[in-house]
Amino acid sequence: MKGPGAGPASPEPGPASPEPGPASPEPGPASPEPGAARPGADPGSPGPDRADAPKVRLRGTRRPPTRTSRLLQNRWAGAAGLLVALLAPFVNATPYALSIMTSAAIFVMLAAGLNIVVGYCGLLDLGYAAFLAVGAYTSGVLATRFDLPLLATVPAVLVVTVLAGIVIGAPTLRLRSDYLAIVTLGFGEIIRITANNLDVTGGPSGIYGIPHLADGPVAFYYLTVAVVSLAVLGAARLGRSRLGRAWRFVREDEDAAEATGVNTYRVKLAAYIAGAIWGGLAGVLFAAHLSAVSPASFTFLQSALVLMAVVLGGMGSVPGVVLGAIVISLLPEVLRDLADYRFFLFGVLLIGFMLLRPQGLWPARSKEALRSEEALR
Amino acid sequence: MTLLDVTELRLSFGGLLAVDGLSLSVREGEIVSLIGPNGAGKTSVFNCVTGFYRPTAGRITLRGRDLRGLRPSAVAGLGVARTFQNLRLFGELSVLDNVRAGTHLWLRQSVLDALLHTPRYRRSEHECTEQAHHWLDFVGLRGDRYGPARALPYGEQRRAEIARALARRPGLLLLDEPAAGLNHGEKAGMVDLIRRIRDLGVAIMLIEHDMGLVMEVSERVVVLNFGREIAEGRPEEVRRDPAVIEAYLGGEPDA
Ligand SMILES: Nc1ncnc2c1ncn2[C@@H]1O[C@H](COP(=O)(O)OP(=O)(O)O)[C@@H](O)[C@H]1O
Ligand SMILES: [Mg+2]
Repeated sequence: MKGPGAGPASPEPGPASPEPGPASPEPGPASPEPGAARPGADPGSPGPDRADAPKVRLRGTRRPPTRTSRLLQNRWAGAAGLLVALLAPFVNATPYALSIMTSAAIFVMLAAGLNIVVGYCGLLDLGYAAFLAVGAYTSGVLATRFDLPLLATVPAVLVVTVLAGIVIGAPTLRLRSDYLAIVTLGFGEIIRITANNLDVTGGPSGIYGIPHLADGPVAFYYLTVAVVSLAVLGAARLGRSRLGRAWRFVREDEDAAEATGVNTYRVKLAAYIAGAIWGGLAGVLFAAHLSAVSPASFTFLQSALVLMAVVLGGMGSVPGVVLGAIVISLLPEVLRDLADYRFFLFGVLLIGFMLLRPQGLWPARSKEALRSEEALR
Repeated sequence: MTLLDVTELRLSFGGLLAVDGLSLSVREGEIVSLIGPNGAGKTSVFNCVTGFYRPTAGRITLRGRDLRGLRPSAVAGLGVARTFQNLRLFGELSVLDNVRAGTHLWLRQSVLDALLHTPRYRRSEHECTEQAHHWLDFVGLRGDRYGPARALPYGEQRRAEIARALARRPGLLLLDEPAAGLNHGEKAGMVDLIRRIRDLGVAIMLIEHDMGLVMEVSERVVVLNFGREIAEGRPEEVRRDPAVIEAYLGGEPDA
């Protein structure tokens, strides 16, 4: 992860301040040139290619037509994925299969949310299940205590998860990334242990009798798919926005991001809050799905599995993390016949895969696709 | 009119005084060079001005506004852009995205616009991309704009970083050794580019070791040694100054 960066708040610049300390000799005018490949011609010399030359010429030459089709590919991939999700119950609609598929869809939403924090912004969060817990408990407690329909608890869930995001994010996001990982790990455990010990959350046995969100498992499955699709689309759209770019600038180089005017602290907090919202809303679906919530659902393993989905799929890539989440949640089911060996094989498969393809199943591209607003130019 | 005013700037790292009571000013639209041997404290001055280092003492004002205690993004918000001595591009991101970073401060687009793809979102994204292309054209970038920045040849990366700074539409641009590592032809291109930036009305503070380049573009030169100003004036005055020649080791200030 990244170094500390000479935080504006630090009185003395730290070791990773924007310029090298005494140890690194600075390249004088005659220093060897770092770049191997150099353009033959000087790009800035007076000539037809200078800035005052017509722009069309400069741009037109480097726009392979395949980019538009690549963009379409992504769109089609999304549509195809949704279609598969919609048709799945026609293939197998046993309560068991529906339950597995609903869980997988909720898991996809978690991965999309964690991807904002880890993939876009580069903040390692090892306690993401905490937000799932906050959402599920807030929704479950309110619904059972005050006899509210689950839908009515959503505004409260939003408020509480945003607050949770701020409470954990505000003090820790000034820390270096590796410290952040440890703090989030602790936060995840604190939430679980708190839920385990409070009366209002039902202690170790949790709360049960949480009302349904829809009539029957099929309707609930479709509702979940709809909500999760919107969440995935939303995460993708955020990624392609001013804020989404700022997240990537922070991930790539915090100091350079600051220098271009990105308030890295606020932008990181925004990523954290977005992640919290996605996780919290997934928690509502989670509570509705199981109709019961207990601390056992929010262990470190759960956080680790979501993180694994993000890494397996390809950090920062929305189609990737969706795919990763589906694989992580369905693979143990596929391996079910192996009984006790299935988790062992699951682990071996994951390790093998990450060794063979560390960039993930469907990695984010460095190469930019031509966007619609450019295609119209 | 004075744009940047630095008074009695002091910066110490433990016992080491990197900047020792430096005063200087930059007027609107002016090119001022900051030169001096390695370790003289030039980059430290930039880091103080841009908010990366907190000065031990002294005052820094931009158009009369005190910059002390502002974080770098806030300084950028007041119209100061910079490049780094060791290129700091976002290597994995596309060249276009790098330059889009410069638009962050003025692009009007809310999270809701982005989620709902409102007309304002489309308009602002379009403008952002247009501007990125505009500044890449301005610096004369020839390489692949859609590919990752790290894939650009070194000289082109220097230009891309300047394009990113310009997309901020700064009033003051700080260039830290923009010609370091460039070949002869590319240096000539850099002279031309710096002049064209000045012609936009942008004031420039330049750190550069290539004396030829400094003499060609600067209106004023400030010479630092051990964090202190040892000479200041027009290029031809400064290059004849005995103290300057002495500082460059009895040297030919490289012509
Ligand atoms: N972050 C830092 N920590 C400790 N010392 C530093 C730091 N930054 C710069 N210095 C020291 O301050 C002095 C001036 O450095 P710098 O401003 O980089 O010089 P220049 O850019 O003129 O070569 C050097 O002695 C350098 O080692
Ligand atoms: Mg320097």
